[in-house]
Amino acid sequence: MNFDFSDDQKHLKGEARRFLEANCPPSKVRVVLNDEGVTHDAALWAAVAGQGWLGAAIPEEYGGLGLGHLELCAIAEELGRVVAPIPFASTVYMLAEAVMLAGSEAQKQAILPKIAAGELIGALATSEGPGAPTAASLQSTVSGGKLTGVKLPVTDGDIADRCVVLAKENGQPGLFLVDLGGPGVTREQLKTLDPTRDAAKLTFKDAPAERLGGAGEGFDLLQQVLDRAAVLIAFEQTGGADKCLEMAKGYALERYAFGRLIGSYQAIKHKLADMYVKNELSRSNAYYGAWALNTNAPELPIAAAAARIAACDAYWYAAKENIQTHGGIGFTWEVDCHLYYRRSRQLGLVAGAPRAWKERLVSQLERRNAA
Amino acid sequence: MDFADTPEEAAYREKAHAWLQANAPPGTPKADRIGGRDLEKARAFQRKKAEAGYAQITWPKEWGGPGGTPIQSVIYGQEEAKFGVNSAYFSIGLGMCVPTVMAFADDATKTRFVGPALRGDEIWCQLFSEPSGGSDVAAARTRAVRDGDDWIINGQKIWSSGAHYSDYGILLVRTNMDAPKHKGMTMFWIDMKAPGVEVRPIHQMSGASGFNEVFFTDLRIPDSQRLGAVDDGWKVSLVTLMNERLSIGAGTAADYTAFMALAREVDLDGQPALRHPALREKIADWYVQTEGLRHTRMRTISALSKGQTPGPENSIAKIITAVQAQDMGAEAVDMLDQYGIISDPAVALQGGVFEAQWLSGPGSRIAGGTDEILRNIIAERVLGLPGDIRVDKDVAFKDMPTGR
Repeated sequence: MNFDFSDDQKHLKGEARRFLEANCPPSKVRVVLNDEGVTHDAALWAAVAGQGWLGAAIPEEYGGLGLGHLELCAIAEELGRVVAPIPFASTVYMLAEAVMLAGSEAQKQAILPKIAAGELIGALATSEGPGAPTAASLQSTVSGGKLTGVKLPVTDGDIADRCVVLAKENGQPGLFLVDLGGPGVTREQLKTLDPTRDAAKLTFKDAPAERLGGAGEGFDLLQQVLDRAAVLIAFEQTGGADKCLEMAKGYALERYAFGRLIGSYQAIKHKLADMYVKNELSRSNAYYGAWALNTNAPELPIAAAAARIAACDAYWYAAKENIQTHGGIGFTWEVDCHLYYRRSRQLGLVAGAPRAWKERLVSQLERRNAA
Repeated sequence: MDFADTPEEAAYREKAHAWLQANAPPGTPKADRIGGRDLEKARAFQRKKAEAGYAQITWPKEWGGPGGTPIQSVIYGQEEAKFGVNSAYFSIGLGMCVPTVMAFADDATKTRFVGPALRGDEIWCQLFSEPSGGSDVAAARTRAVRDGDDWIINGQKIWSSGAHYSDYGILLVRTNMDAPKHKGMTMFWIDMKAPGVEVRPIHQMSGASGFNEVFFTDLRIPDSQRLGAVDDGWKVSLVTLMNERLSIGAGTAADYTAFMALAREVDLDGQPALRHPALREKIADWYVQTEGLRHTRMRTISALSKGQTPGPENSIAKIITAVQAQDMGAEAVDMLDQYGIISDPAVALQGGVFEAQWLSGPGSRIAGGTDEILRNIIAERVLGLPGDIRVDKDVAFKDMPTGR
């Protein structure tokens, strides 16, 4: 039984933590938070590329390190801990995974080496309005290799070079690659709950688009990409949730009220114990997701859903109760609690809200039981 | 990262499985387990286990164990669970009482008791909780008064699992009323069949009787039955509780798969209840909890497999399982509308398992550490938060407010 990361992977995680503590302190995150004109931490993005992390799971033949997804999970947890304000998820978990999964050889050659080198930022554009897009609701269309439609919100849509877009072609949903620097693309920055991450409204008018994967496979492929992204994001969420617990504990061990440390009150102790319970459930489900992702196991859809549900629950609980533990000071702009409160919701929505994943999980369980 | 045994573990598992296949008795129906009706069968199997080196696998050879590793103990436990064997009669004695005897008794006493307990010839129980102190074990009021070389014991213990079929027990009593509560207790071992010991089963709200009250009336025992120093019983009891074995086994409550089976069977608003979004969300949450705990155990076992000390992550288990079992019972009963009130296993769906679970739910959240105490333990021992401010630490026991 070896349901754990290897010593090398743990070493990588330790290195990542040291690197990010030095290169991504809260003061750097706040530069992006405070200035609407700053979309992300470009210096951190370049430094992360220099570490080779963008290509950690990209095969060596495409310019990556060819390590594997477990290494990427280890890095993701550390990025989550520091609420890194960079387009890592959009580029690595969404675009790179989509291209590795469904891309032609030419598409892989064109995109993956540039991602690994830090020369290309990615995005995934599916949403067109309130609610998750369905085959019936999908409005964006591709005709004659040209995409027309409106997508919002698109995380990192403002800064991405290449975007995966969900659209219909001849009435069939598909995924399409679009060069956002090309013609027919208009971008408008969106104000969101988490200003430390970029988001945009993208309007396409006859923008050149090439299909990624087979015709009519759009939702199936999208779900496969989201399964993979959900596991990786679950590690970011677990990292963030753990950081919230540490912050709450730290404060509970220094703040006095009514003549005693607030951490000595059971109301606070039980709250923090509940955080710990949820965080461990999140971590264990994420580990199983990591195993399924790394081995491309048939259990991946179930494992990914469980990882996402547990991680969304843990991060939300930890982020809100961290503020509650801090009391009034936790509600101020100057204290970092709200960075995590914001990010917990951003990550909780970016790969689809938990309710849809719960339905998907139970559907999968029904299918498994029927088999 | 994988779930595979190492070659050594695989070999051990294969050997253990083959031995169980040849020696394990057929599984025992739950009804027989509760009443202790399968005790003789369990004893016979325990003896075989001890002889084959599968009882107390981590115990050293000098005490009759095979001197095995924690991971071997886990592997054997996993295999034994597949055979539905009932080893519960011996777990409190071998997991907690006898290790305390081994730590504090003289050589003659150890030699006398360890072997028979290991072979299942003698069963031990723990006599700690009292009506005046459930979570607060150090509030014990049962008195032991010195009389020459003897002690005279009067008082009452409660929630003693298996006391009605036990041969011996370890008993925590008050020996000093003038000292603060933690500094005036002493530990003894006693013969449960001695005059002055009376065991009465507790009739639980669920109808079952797994626990007992034990009354002591002028029970006379020699000082040689003392474990540890006079007034040092609290420290001894901590050793007992530390020995609480790592529970790796899966829970026995109905889980999400049983709930799904029920929801498939029941009609709700003209379709199977399983189609109902509210119930589907519950199922998803329970799945995530159950699988999260299973994978948490895997992490613990992985640490053992590498010869490392596991982290504290396994401490989350009971908080989740007890609450989940109660909630699931309530949801299942509600799903049936008026019919849910029927608990007769012959009439209720799924043999009444969910109605039974609903009824036993409150007990699960209390026994073996209440939800609240378990949260305190996580907060204090895992997270390092301070203990509560105590009003009872430096007060002579006789001056403590006691209420009723």
